[in-house]
Amino acid sequence: MNPTIYLEVVVQGVLTGLVYGLMALGLSVIFGVVRVVNFAHGEFTVAAMYAAFLLFTLFGVDPLIAMLPIALVFFCVGYGLQLTLVNRFVGRAEHEQFILLVGLAIILVNGSLLTFGADARPVRLSYGFDSFLVGPVIVDKVRLYAAAAALTVAAALFLFFRFTSTGTAIRACADNLVGAAVVGLNVRKLYALTFGLGLACVGAAGALMETIADAKPELGPVYTLIAFIIVIVGGLGSMTGALVGGVLIGISEALAGFVLTPSMKSMFSFALLILVLVLRPQGIMGRRT
Amino acid sequence: MIGLLNPRARVLMLVLLAALIAAPLVADRYLMSVLILIFYFAYVGQAWNLMMGFAGQLSLGHALYVGLGGYVSALLWLKFGIGPWLGAFAAVAVAAAFGAVIGWLGFRFGIEGVYFALLTIAFAEFTRIAFDHIDYAGAAGGLFLRVEEGEWWNLRGGTLLFYYLALALAVGALVLTAFLARTRLGYQWLAVREDEEAARALGINAFRAKMTAVLISSAMTAVGGVFTAFYNNNLFPSRVFDINRSIEIILAPVVGGLGTVFGPVVGAFILTPLGEALTALTGLFGINTPGVKGAFYGLALMVIIVLKPSGIWPWLARALRLTERRP
Repeated sequence: MNPTIYLEVVVQGVLTGLVYGLMALGLSVIFGVVRVVNFAHGEFTVAAMYAAFLLFTLFGVDPLIAMLPIALVFFCVGYGLQLTLVNRFVGRAEHEQFILLVGLAIILVNGSLLTFGADARPVRLSYGFDSFLVGPVIVDKVRLYAAAAALTVAAALFLFFRFTSTGTAIRACADNLVGAAVVGLNVRKLYALTFGLGLACVGAAGALMETIADAKPELGPVYTLIAFIIVIVGGLGSMTGALVGGVLIGISEALAGFVLTPSMKSMFSFALLILVLVLRPQGIMGRRT
Repeated sequence: MIGLLNPRARVLMLVLLAALIAAPLVADRYLMSVLILIFYFAYVGQAWNLMMGFAGQLSLGHALYVGLGGYVSALLWLKFGIGPWLGAFAAVAVAAAFGAVIGWLGFRFGIEGVYFALLTIAFAEFTRIAFDHIDYAGAAGGLFLRVEEGEWWNLRGGTLLFYYLALALAVGALVLTAFLARTRLGYQWLAVREDEEAARALGINAFRAKMTAVLISSAMTAVGGVFTAFYNNNLFPSRVFDINRSIEIILAPVVGGLGTVFGPVVGAFILTPLGEALTALTGLFGINTPGVKGAFYGLALMVIIVLKPSGIWPWLARALRLTERRP
């Protein structure tokens, strides 16, 4: 068989994987700092996809631009959510945090079912079927744009955590909570900021996802699981790990969907998750604590 | 925590049980079907509660055992003519074997808390997709059981048969839980749940205690799977193994009270009728909206875990003075 086809499938997997990676980055950041597992992650992603769909159909805004206001709104939602609800659960039993967010996830799924119905809501971009020819390889235009945007957002987040004083303060909370509180950091507010940033990633990723997949309520749990698989494969709490994990899962899904049938592609992700949990629970890029 | 019922509460329970046994005399088909649902969720909730509420192991993949139980018994019946009473043993064996694998992987490799929950989800989802592609089991097209009346010994019968069967299962699970909670094993579970290291230091074999919890829980849940398969007469991988089924199972015990004997029952009696009423109510207003019930269940979970994380039963028991003071 023609080897360039495989190369095309891998490239497609890498590009989709970068968008997955941005979504998972949000989960990783929230877990790494707040130590709360956001089980409603995929449901928030789907909500962002619907937001992008609405902005496109009502005002004709390209999701690549719509991702900025959506990320901003999601930041505020995350900030408020952490401050009002999640903060009370910090340090409480794991299953209680889990159940709180499972409840939120169920509300989000059914809320989108109520508002938008069960049908898929696609965005039909004018350049939706364009592609570039790089050497012998055909690359989808939308996928390339989405991946580039995802990388940009991820890079901005890296820079924020690395070089701003607020970013450093957040990292301090993640490294040593007591120490952070002792030197006078406002942990409550920094947690809210972190949750907000995590959801901003989700908002941006969801808007980008809408260009390569159609919004459907039942995608929520699927994306939650994908995000979990990615961060666990990459290492919970590791930012580069999330991106690397996203690309890995993107490639494995694209290849499995191509070689076998598309309906079997996530089986490999789940098998990979089980393997990583058993053999290397700290993930590929994670540190053992 | 376990709180023995006082004589007054015992009489109340017996009256309630008698009322439920006599209910088919007056209840119509719809009410019976709602009661069957309540008993079913009380039953599988009880099974999940043994693992999470007592032994402290969070499973979000219990749909796996329901699905395996249903598929094994339905396949035995369809392909070999082996009835569900016998098939249930095979169903239990298969589900318990899966439980053993998950438990062994989880507990031997120190996969705890959220990670363990993810392990259970991964197994359930993996199996769901696998069953989508197993042609022998009907693949994504599902399995259908022929609807015949009369043969009660093969679980082919009307609502009445399933009503009493579901009631028996729910009561049986309640009695079993109450019994287990007072055994050495039950106390070991509580010790492991509260502080595993301390429990080990006391000489408790934590691995064995947790494994027993998974085995009992998965076996019980498989029986629930046999029940649903023969009650609904159809099985689809995308329905029975779905993560939403796993979440439905945890609703009643969480709302009723984790780690309490009566929690799952109370939770099922509160949530199922409320969900049905909500569906009926929105139907009355002419809105046919599939998401209302689900959104309500999600809200119920959040409200309970924010306001009463220990559930409704402990509070109810205190308010109605149903339990004796702790011995």
